[in-house]
Amino acid sequence: MITLEHYLTVASVLFVIGIFGIFLNRKNVIVILMSIELMLLAVNINLVAFSSFLNDLVGQVFSLFILTVAAAEAAIGLAILVCFFRVRGTIAVEEINSMKG
Amino acid sequence: MSSNALTIIFSEIALIVYVLGALMYAVYTKKDELTSKLIWLTSAVMVALGGLIVFFGSGESTAFNGAFIDDEFARYGKVIILWSSAIILILSRDYLTKNLLLKFEYPILVAISVVGMMMMVSAGDLLSLYMGIELQALSLYVIAAFNRDSVRSTEAGLKYFVLGALSSGLLLYGVSLIYGFSGTTKFSDIALALGQGPTPLGLLVGLVFLISGLAFKISAAPFHMWTPDVYEGAPTPVTAFFATAPKVAAMILFTRIVFDAFGEIITDWQQIVSFLAVASMFLGSIAAIGQKDIKRLMAYSSIAHMGFALVGLASGSLAGIQSLLIYIAIYVVMNIGTFAFILSMEREGKSINNIIALNMYSKIEPLRALALMILMFSLAGIPPMLGFFGKFYVLKAAVDAGMAWLAIMGVIASVIGAFYYLRIIYLMYFGEETEKLDGSMSTFGWMTLMVSAIVMIVGVVNLFGIERIALSAASTLLN
Repeated sequence: MITLEHYLTVASVLFVIGIFGIFLNRKNVIVILMSIELMLLAVNINLVAFSSFLNDLVGQVFSLFILTVAAAEAAIGLAILVCFFRVRGTIAVEEINSMKG
Repeated sequence: MSSNALTIIFSEIALIVYVLGALMYAVYTKKDELTSKLIWLTSAVMVALGGLIVFFGSGESTAFNGAFIDDEFARYGKVIILWSSAIILILSRDYLTKNLLLKFEYPILVAISVVGMMMMVSAGDLLSLYMGIELQALSLYVIAAFNRDSVRSTEAGLKYFVLGALSSGLLLYGVSLIYGFSGTTKFSDIALALGQGPTPLGLLVGLVFLISGLAFKISAAPFHMWTPDVYEGAPTPVTAFFATAPKVAAMILFTRIVFDAFGEIITDWQQIVSFLAVASMFLGSIAAIGQKDIKRLMAYSSIAHMGFALVGLASGSLAGIQSLLIYIAIYVVMNIGTFAFILSMEREGKSINNIIALNMYSKIEPLRALALMILMFSLAGIPPMLGFFGKFYVLKAAVDAGMAWLAIMGVIASVIGAFYYLRIIYLMYFGEETEKLDGSMSTFGWMTLMVSAIVMIVGVVNLFGIERIALSAASTLLN
């Protein structure tokens, strides 16, 4: 029997993998975009699991909104990345350092 | 009901319809030649909508099943957001023209993010909160990277995007936990759920995630890492915009959600908010000392100022919210004035951001130097400038709420922070002769600088009556 806890565990594991993907990744900005997507999908699993557990539709509606926004976010992220690549010639994370910090 | 809902949300709808119409028109006709007119028109629309809210907004009403709230608290935020964005749009025009950035997307993107901010301050449901934040953030990512031929600007956009997306992820995770453990996304229902019995642990965890996400948006330490880089890299008018309206929107949203939804567990979030406040005040004050770039310096300054505003929130009382509202209004005026000056910092047509360039500025432009001196005194919180009263109110609220230690921390941070503001004044009046700045200033920029400097002095008399307005706005939140 798969209970709510199982779903929540999977979601939190995915979420943590997403966060670590952003901070530990030293190679490529595309990987960061994938990690962001992973975080948002973990949240969706959470919301749908809660929604079915609570017998309440709001969670599923919310997850549809998140999917839409995530698509827009990825589009904008990639557009900025393309601009960056055009002026800088690389998308390696170590090279994003023209300002200190 | 539906027609009533449309009346309540009228100003947002009017602005977004105008923006979409302007976008269509500009795309299908003359494109970038229109930009200058579009900037004026967009500002006029924003000023008019602000006026509409001031004169016709009254009472408290909700639309869309409580997802959208129109009360005095929201209107206070909306008016500041609309008017400050309008001023900054007009200020941007000169800079954009000089740097060949006069593209018609600029006023349109700014206006779209303003719609997002208006949604944020009116949010009454976690869903509308999320949609408002994203509408605002997605347009801000693009305008941070607006100078797409510059490495710094695109890098600023990229950094802002990655960290902004991370913060939305944290916020959403918090939202999902809050939904799961309270069974609802509406602020008022969350408060009801909290009223029944002990608080589930999941809800507290969700609240922590939510606050972390919002702290990113207001750039409170320890979630401030993006601020200095984005402020430095983005084109100066964009930085000016970042430092004002989005901060106001996020701060008002922060206040609303902790009071409307989590008012029952005030002692729990008070600790988190006071930690954020202390960390931001000290980090902002200490880290700014070594900065040479004035935009970076203003970034740390805004971190410190957000810390002070959070002191008001941490008090958790009516006076606390009132002081926060007064503080952000004063903060916005000071920042607009300072950025009007920073926009004019150039030498032979090239923008200069190094503060060393201000050496002996008082000899070149005595009046502008005087105005900047007043603004710097005010930012540092030295009496009798208005900035002092902003700090005075938040610290007083903290003391009255029995958090004297927080007020003492605030005073210490304020003294440390005064150093770098005074250094700018020192350079202007007692520095060494170096290469001079020769930037001209548009009439509007000059007027903005002078008016904000005069406001800092004249406002001392009665704070332009903002005290009373802030009080009634704050009391709608606590009723």
